[in-house]
Amino acid sequence: MAEQVLLGDEAIALGAIHAGLSNAYGYPGTPSSEIMGYLIDYSKKTGKIHAGWCSNEKTAYEDALGVSMAGKRTMVTTKHVGLNVAADPFINSALLKINGGVVVVVADDPGMHSSQDEQDSRFYADYAKVPCFEPVNQQEAYEMMGEAFEFSEKYNIPVMMRIVTRLAHSRAVVDTKEERAQNKKKKTDDATSWMLLPLYARRQWDRLLLKYDEFSKKSEDSKYNQLYINPDFKKYGIITTGLGKNYYIENLPELSVKPSHLHIGFYPYPAEKIKKLAAHVEKIIVIEEGYPFIEQKLRGILKQPVIIEGKLDNKIQPTGELNPDNVRPVLGLAERKGLAAVEKLPGRPPQLCQGCSHVDSYNFIKEALSGYSESIVTSDIGCYALGAMPPYSAIESIVCMGACIGNAKGAAEAGLKPAVAVIGDSTFYHSGMTALVDAVSANTPMTLIILDNGTVAMTGGQETILPSSQLESVIKGLGVNPEHIKTVVPIAKNHDENVKILKEELEYEGLSVVLSVRECIENIKRRLKKERSE
Amino acid sequence: MKFDVVLAGVGGQGVLSLAAIIATGAMKDNLKVRQSEVHGMAQRGGAVLAHLRISDSEIASDLVPKGAASLVLSMEPLESLRYVDFLSPEGSIVTASEPFINIPNYPETETIYEKIRKFKNHKIVDSVALAKKAGSARAANMVIIGAASGILPVSKESLKAAIVELFLSKGKEVADANIKAFELGAE
Repeated sequence: MAEQVLLGDEAIALGAIHAGLSNAYGYPGTPSSEIMGYLIDYSKKTGKIHAGWCSNEKTAYEDALGVSMAGKRTMVTTKHVGLNVAADPFINSALLKINGGVVVVVADDPGMHSSQDEQDSRFYADYAKVPCFEPVNQQEAYEMMGEAFEFSEKYNIPVMMRIVTRLAHSRAVVDTKEERAQNKKKKTDDATSWMLLPLYARRQWDRLLLKYDEFSKKSEDSKYNQLYINPDFKKYGIITTGLGKNYYIENLPELSVKPSHLHIGFYPYPAEKIKKLAAHVEKIIVIEEGYPFIEQKLRGILKQPVIIEGKLDNKIQPTGELNPDNVRPVLGLAERKGLAAVEKLPGRPPQLCQGCSHVDSYNFIKEALSGYSESIVTSDIGCYALGAMPPYSAIESIVCMGACIGNAKGAAEAGLKPAVAVIGDSTFYHSGMTALVDAVSANTPMTLIILDNGTVAMTGGQETILPSSQLESVIKGLGVNPEHIKTVVPIAKNHDENVKILKEELEYEGLSVVLSVRECIENIKRRLKKERSE
Repeated sequence: MKFDVVLAGVGGQGVLSLAAIIATGAMKDNLKVRQSEVHGMAQRGGAVLAHLRISDSEIASDLVPKGAASLVLSMEPLESLRYVDFLSPEGSIVTASEPFINIPNYPETETIYEKIRKFKNHKIVDSVALAKKAGSARAANMVIIGAASGILPVSKESLKAAIVELFLSKGKEVADANIKAFELGAE
């Protein structure tokens, strides 16, 4: 046993290493990025594991399945919306006979600190019939990784670990254990359980439903699903999930009695324990970090014998993150007051860094587009999304990774002109390439501008899957007419020339691609610092 | 004993290393610590907030409840005012005096100081000048820790040990300048 101060993300990474992890894959995304960051550092230092970024979460998940076929333990790291991208292999993999343990760690972002939605990944686990562990602190996160791998191999099923921003990015002391040896290579000997031909898939689906019944039984005994009954107090009881437990415990000293309490940290949920609690109390208060997943199940459609309070009746705010204060009203506790807030403070939203190449890019994009009355500029996920804010106000859509290319294509095909899509290099590799092939096929009159800063900047400067030097050949390889692939350097000195080049392409009645290439300023700083220290 | 700190500043000012040093120091004093930070988009030149909770017993929530904080520790005067609703009536504000102006509507600095001075317990520290005096302009955040060291429930020895630990890899000179900055802040 040794004590270490770890970020929640790091606790998960170390928990996986100590559980005999062999291979890890992922795509950067706040708040999950530091898991893979830790694993890549460990891999470079020790050479004991393979850890690497992938083009996107789908390819990451598929790599992991290959590792499982070879019998080794593997994990995938993603933010919540990344699981949408990996949903196809994720949901189908529940039907496979997992060989080496597979754990997918999904970091949800209630409150949308760095995301476009606050979807709750427990619904995915439920939908796929995949068991899900949800830690409440760094210690549990560390320990659950080992149990998740054991579970995965015992039941031949992928397992989800659901965390949230507040756990991912909080530090606390973690007690660590002995390292388990990695699995030896042992290829699956059951090929028909890995080929989802309808013939085999029907059989696997039946098997999954049987397995799921077993998971439900296991859930009743799970140490993460603890039920406390206060025999003398029947007025109400509490169900917590995730960090809801911490905020409940924080306020517990102020309650006059300690109510009966069920915490759920392993799914499928323990139905018998929930029934036992419901039989004991008149009302159940459900405090969940995320969507009201359990609460919705409890309410069902028909009238309930027990009163249920939570997010669906607005007793707890249905959006955003829980905190020690917003769970108080439902517990019957008065609002806590601090000192009066200072009024009329100007906000300080995030902004593009001093010297950021995107500033110069947006300057020439805006000028080239001025004078057009029916233009559209679609954009995407990354630092350059800050181009939405004044003084740039340069973009008009941000949906999901890679969406801007299809958005611009559709808009162009519906008559908007000029149609421009602005995307970063990493986002392009993640989900932009297939959409560009569509535009090549249709020779859509639109201009794709790739802001190539050579890094995944927003999430902390991870390496883009391919270096800048290869981007142009990738674009050519996808079939874009080389005469309409232009490369510019976004610096103030080149502004007029860049405006001219872009204007020409905006007038072209077909597909053009402008590569705006200059290294991320933060990346330069990091690179120079690293070079100095070497 | 429970001691909650809300740390504030602007992305890139070293707010997280401020939190890390106090947390390390607290653990050297055998206290329990939980520290919550902000990564990702918010860090790009925006307002940065970190919660640090120190206690001699288990801490459940990573987040500080409203009205519970004993201290707002800030690398920037405007930011020091943003989270005062976390402060308890006896709580203190300790802030660097140097404004970080990257927004068009930044108020007059003197107006901000006046608002800070309205709080019963406050300290506005010229951390940049003291850091330069200590030999490293980049050690302003160590001045701020020093300035708060009389309020924090962590011994000065442990805070200094944490500073040395963090900077030793950068050479003795850097570590010494940071310790000196801490001491000037503590005076």
